Amino acid sequence: MSRRYSPKVVTANRLREGDVVYLTADDQWSPHHHEAELIEDEAHAQMRLLHASAQKLTVVGAYLADAKAGPNGPEPVHFREGFRARGPSNYAHGKQADLRS
Amino acid sequence: MYSYSDFDESFVRSRVAQFTQQVERRLDGSLTEEEFRPLRLMNGLYLQLHAYMLRVAIPYGTISPRQMRQLAYIADTWDKGYGHFTTRQNIQFNWPKLPDVPAILSALADVEMHAIQTSGNCVRNVTADHFAGAAADEIEDPRPYAELLRQWSTDHPEFQFLPRKFKIAITGAPNDRAVTRAHDIGLRMVRNAAGEPGFEVMVGGGLGRTPMIAHTVREFLPVADLLPYVEAVLSVYNILGRRDNKYKARIKITVHETGKEEITRMIEERFAELRPLFGGNDQRLLADIRAAFAPPAFRNAPTDAYDAFYKADAVFRAWADTNLAPHRNDQYAIVTISVKAHGQTPGDATSEQMRLMADLAERYGHSDLRISHEQNVILPHVHKSDLPALHAALTQVGLATANVGLISDIIACPGMDYCALATARSIPIATQIAERFKALDLEHDIGPLKIKISGCINACGHHHVGHIGILGLDRAGVENYQITLGGDGSETAAIGDKTGPGFAYDEIVPAVERIVRAYLAQRQGPEETFLMAFRRLGMDPFKAALYENEGAQDAA
Repeated sequence: MSRRYSPKVVTANRLREGDVVYLTADDQWSPHHHEAELIEDEAHAQMRLLHASAQKLTVVGAYLADAKAGPNGPEPVHFREGFRARGPSNYAHGKQADLRS
Repeated sequence: MYSYSDFDESFVRSRVAQFTQQVERRLDGSLTEEEFRPLRLMNGLYLQLHAYMLRVAIPYGTISPRQMRQLAYIADTWDKGYGHFTTRQNIQFNWPKLPDVPAILSALADVEMHAIQTSGNCVRNVTADHFAGAAADEIEDPRPYAELLRQWSTDHPEFQFLPRKFKIAITGAPNDRAVTRAHDIGLRMVRNAAGEPGFEVMVGGGLGRTPMIAHTVREFLPVADLLPYVEAVLSVYNILGRRDNKYKARIKITVHETGKEEITRMIEERFAELRPLFGGNDQRLLADIRAAFAPPAFRNAPTDAYDAFYKADAVFRAWADTNLAPHRNDQYAIVTISVKAHGQTPGDATSEQMRLMADLAERYGHSDLRISHEQNVILPHVHKSDLPALHAALTQVGLATANVGLISDIIACPGMDYCALATARSIPIATQIAERFKALDLEHDIGPLKIKISGCINACGHHHVGHIGILGLDRAGVENYQITLGGDGSETAAIGDKTGPGFAYDEIVPAVERIVRAYLAQRQGPEETFLMAFRRLGMDPFKAALYENEGAQDAA
């Protein structure tokens, strides 16, 4: 019995700003974790990571991070990814402030 | 303080110009990230969790009011209005954008500052006693030697690609306030039998995943032999140090694997070769540098107003009791400005606070400021008659917290709130401990107690040498905090011992409280500090306080 592939998102930091972004299904980079493409197939994940890593003028350090489906889209699994999606806990800086609408 | 020579100025400017072009080439695609990364790191620029981070050197922790104002200007113009003072006497900006970094470096160069060698496998910022040139217990101001080492090590062609980073700390006093025994090279000034000053040279200290206390390889090194001796240590390490394994590459491992006797012999042998090559230019340079560190023109004035205010005002008295240290001039005091208000991030200062500290240094402090490895700011020379006015001014911007050396004066690394290497958060643990003990109103009763928190095994928060050390780890996807007790970063340096299993994020503050209550219950009196009590009692009573009810909780 093969082990089930745990779903992933492709994430990176933007080259110019350094902020955290996620690869969407329509090849955009979104600052919102919930807009990321949730990838449930390992081969597809590798393809998407290659696609992301090739965008050397846009992003730095692309990698696959574990994620899970949520009511509004993919959610982080590990707390580190939770912080990346939100910002630091000592100030209302980063995404939690920048993306407030 | 030391002012840049024409050579320093043109060197720093040329590095800014060079990096400006490197950033341009990265942004237009001529450089890949793999090519650019080592170049940006050589200029102190990291990519962290949420943004870039620029680490700026504050050589041996000494900074002028003009430089402090420029840091405030940088914080306002290109960052989020604050900066973070680190355990290596640097300042970090957490939110710069890559295209802005050349302008930031240029603004730093305008005030004789830079970010060179704040990263990479080279000799990093030389740190020093933050009370240098002022402390009552000092033999000699160590900063001229630190500046000599800075000039010698900057862009030193032989030592730009060491096996690993290399950290030197220096103190001119027998009481070690610079954690010299936890550095790659620690230099502690001592006198020989003839009364001449020299250095005890300690090699192979370090924290991180393999904490070690440095070995003394020379009991007494004449001050004139400093550069050739340090060069001998570096060159032995450069050849022996392990480049095959990053985790075994620091000199502490080299010393450990080679043995103290053998490495001492090799250093002395190399020193014998190098010594004749130093023809005296270093000593002429040192003499020039020394002149730049001449003490200020101390004022001679009555201190009665201070004595009267001390008796009359309890808030001032509490601050004076914790935040002042003895100055070598009786009429003066060394003031530590706590950048650790309860609930605030340790070491963070806003641009407004930076400007006020710069103003106060000019008005009351002979225009001298220091950054301590304990993440506070020091005014090293304040006449006692000025202390009441200084205290009142500090109070207005939240910088008059009377907690230096107490339980809320916590060292904390940025942890997972910022750092890409971190495995858990540090900052909220520090702020919660500080707020808890403030609510209990216990910290002045507890007395001297150093808590140090690191958010990963690399130990930037010096947890190994905290009286209470806290290490944040990732245990199966959850933050978990390991406690060590009995660490000491002073001249009686020791690595703390682990208490046992770690604690979850919401359990760590109560765990610290249990340790402290066990101390209060067992101490022989207020004069027995936490560290003294731990050394007398050992681990058992603290272990009992930490873990004895665990079974009951599990059963419930």
